[in-house]
Amino acid sequence: MEQAPPDPERRLQPAPLEPLGHPDAGLEAVVGEEVEAARDEGSGDGTMTENNFWLKKIEISVSEAEKRTGRNAMNMQETYTAYLIETRSVEHIDGQSVLTDSLWRRYSEFELLRNYLLVYYPHVVVPPLPEKRAEFVWHKLSADNMDPDFVERRRIGLENFLLRVASHPILCRDKIFYLFLTQEGNWKETVNETGFQLKADSRLKALNATFRVKNPDKRFTELKHYSDELQSVISHLLRVRARVADRLYGVYKVHGNYGRVFSEWSAIEKEMGDGLQSAGHHMDVYASSIDDILEDEEHYADQLKEYLFYAEALRAVCRKHELMQYDLEMAAQDLASKKQQCEELATGTVRTFSLKGMTTKLFGQETPEQREARIKVLEEQINEGEQQLKSKNLEGREFVKNAWADIERFKEQKNRDLKEALISYAVMQISMCKKGIQVWTNAKECFSKM
Amino acid sequence: MGTLGRARLAAAAGQARTLGMDGERRASQALSSGLPEGGAGGESPGDGGPVPGSSGSSALLQAEVLDLDEDEDDLEVFSKDASLMDMNSFSPMMPTSPLSMINQVKFEDEPDLKDLFITVDEPESHVTTVETFITYRIITKTSRGEFDSSEFEVRRRYQDFLWLKGKLEDAHPTLIIPPLPEKFIVKGMVERFNDDFIETRRKALQKFLNRIADHPTLTFNEDFKVFLTAQTWELSSHKKQGPGLLSRMGQTVRAVAWSMRGVKSRPEEFMEMNNFIEMFSQKINLIDKISQRIYKEEREYFDEMKEYGPVHILWSATEEDLVDTLKSVASCVDKCCKATEKRMSGLSEALLPVVHEYVLYSEILMGVMKRRDQIQAELDSKVEALTSKKADTDLMRKPQPIRELNLSEVTQQDSHPSDFRAKLTEEIGKLEDKVECANNALKADWERWKQNMQNDIKSAFTDMAEENIHYYEQCLATWESFLTSQTDLPLEEASEDKP
Repeated sequence: MEQAPPDPERRLQPAPLEPLGHPDAGLEAVVGEEVEAARDEGSGDGTMTENNFWLKKIEISVSEAEKRTGRNAMNMQETYTAYLIETRSVEHIDGQSVLTDSLWRRYSEFELLRNYLLVYYPHVVVPPLPEKRAEFVWHKLSADNMDPDFVERRRIGLENFLLRVASHPILCRDKIFYLFLTQEGNWKETVNETGFQLKADSRLKALNATFRVKNPDKRFTELKHYSDELQSVISHLLRVRARVADRLYGVYKVHGNYGRVFSEWSAIEKEMGDGLQSAGHHMDVYASSIDDILEDEEHYADQLKEYLFYAEALRAVCRKHELMQYDLEMAAQDLASKKQQCEELATGTVRTFSLKGMTTKLFGQETPEQREARIKVLEEQINEGEQQLKSKNLEGREFVKNAWADIERFKEQKNRDLKEALISYAVMQISMCKKGIQVWTNAKECFSKM
Repeated sequence: MGTLGRARLAAAAGQARTLGMDGERRASQALSSGLPEGGAGGESPGDGGPVPGSSGSSALLQAEVLDLDEDEDDLEVFSKDASLMDMNSFSPMMPTSPLSMINQVKFEDEPDLKDLFITVDEPESHVTTVETFITYRIITKTSRGEFDSSEFEVRRRYQDFLWLKGKLEDAHPTLIIPPLPEKFIVKGMVERFNDDFIETRRKALQKFLNRIADHPTLTFNEDFKVFLTAQTWELSSHKKQGPGLLSRMGQTVRAVAWSMRGVKSRPEEFMEMNNFIEMFSQKINLIDKISQRIYKEEREYFDEMKEYGPVHILWSATEEDLVDTLKSVASCVDKCCKATEKRMSGLSEALLPVVHEYVLYSEILMGVMKRRDQIQAELDSKVEALTSKKADTDLMRKPQPIRELNLSEVTQQDSHPSDFRAKLTEEIGKLEDKVECANNALKADWERWKQNMQNDIKSAFTDMAEENIHYYEQCLATWESFLTSQTDLPLEEASEDKP
């Protein structure tokens, strides 16, 4: 795959654990105790780079979450959650995994990593982090960041993020990413030393600023439009899903009341008593089954949410391209006007309004030597400008090429993942229906024995 | 003759159950004899119908009919009712058309003897200057001899049903008269004549009449017959014939008086019955609330689901590669949505009306219990009066301080205290019979009611379970076929992608 503009510091030095990716390369996940089928990033082995000596597989997992207290920047007590990241290398031959690194990171450090990647790889659709705060909740989940369910889902989301980065052909080679996995202390300082914040184009933050690009690239315009629509439709879907989940919860739980009343009623019935009692038990089973069902569905919602956030990442790439294009056009414009100035000076005609023209009129003609000097300066500037324009053009074309390649990769990944998610949704529904049939068949039997 | 013959048959066969009716009538009409005889007494040469109150069994009417059929004498009397011999039996389900019911002939070991079929339909609004009301068309089809025709069509309004219920309660104070749908709207509906309300009421009214028709005693009630057959003006004049307002008021006053005295000692079995009724009432009310709530939650779930499918269609518009998958998901969601709608309507047809009817029944049971207690209280007070009278008479022989006298005693006190005591003893005798009849009637009807309740509840909940099973089966099939289609496709796609 194409690399980002060469910068020796950023490039991952040949290291024993360096994985090379190609589009299908994946890194196996060890997901704590659970195995997330939907999260399979592909089953390929990570193969060695040209600098590796042996075939290695890397396993990354965010295996634990822990509540911590500490002092923040303002020396105030705060509570936060820390996540344990474990990296294992797997010997190819015997498949044994050896723990190579293990360290604790908090959410803000993940954010730092991501922001760094956004700056240094502007043409890459950078994988998103799980949401900072719980959104699209239905009534059972709390929006509290300390809620154990939320923390658990976030743990899975963070692991997913790392896996996505590690399986990205370009991002996986980044040194800072490597250090994130391996160097606990001092990592923050190292990142900041790269000076990426300075490099970050502040204009990107100004979301509302529009840059009038004269010749927009049609593909990027379409992509931006697509990302807007994707975001909008997934938000809508998540909102409706949350409401449906809420209502479904209600239906199941109310049936639980039957259990209690049947049980009490059975006390006064001679013949109906047994039937009532056991039917009541099944109603309780039915009512409590919804908790697991909705827990599973929450994972599905998380899968959709990832693509909701991916839409933002797409838009970021479009934005960067827009800015690049804008800069290019500005540079071209500047060059054109300088050339014109030069021409005017050389031929002595003043076609355009210029300050020099005005001062000449006011203060008298300049000497030929003065004019020569000025022409020379302009010619130098024009040369420089042409060089810059050339390199900007090249840069732009490189960007477009690389970005578009990554976008294609992303599209395929998205199609695969979403289809898989929809299928897993169907599987969940099937499981729910089967449970329902079983419970109600049992209940029916009890009723018919009354 | 037919009517009397019927009554005799019913009385003989139903034994203690129907004696209540006859027994009471005698008690109020004549004070001649001491103990009233069996239903047969006074109407036909006493040929020894079963001794009243002897067995109070809950045997079905039909079984006794079969027994009696062997008696040649009885057969002649019932020559018109040859239909009994035909053993026509019909499916116990609510028939939709009376005609189709009569035409059904099914022979079973224990035939369900149903010769009276009633439907209630065609609600119509009537507007007068004074009021607006709704009438319902009542169609009755019968093969009974005592009906002048085999088919009747009349129009009745809710008031008429109330009247009928009242008459039945008066005639049979300790029988369990089926409930009528509520008079007023329960939860704030603006329009009194809302379509759903009318439909629910119509169904309940039909149920009410059919329950009466199925009741071994009530089915032969004269007012019931009039209700089913008389034209509107005929009904009005018939209504006026009944005991006047004053006598009804007198009854009410007495009833209140007795209830205030309280029941001294309710027999054990009725204590048990009362406990059951109280518990049952509590539980059935809860079940009613729960069931209504489930319906509400299902409705809200349905409302949200309606939006869920379309969102996927919307999404499919922007995803070229996922169009088929998304559209399939949308269609599955919509199918499940329809299935849930069906489940809801099943619930509202099978379960809710049944549970609600039994909520009303529980109130009726408490009323029946009260009336039984009142009858007993009436007896108890007379007994008490007699006992105190005896005590008084004994005391009278000795000089007495002035004491307050019961007003009724003062007025009835005459120069012949022995006459008064005799009268009282006679009254007590009648009341004892009355209590016994009432108790037996209630006991028998109670057993019948309990059996019906069990069956109705059982089938209502079984139906609900069935609805749910069916719902989940439908959804399962939908999603399974989606899954099959999705896991087959990749094979097609893979071959298409390769250039």
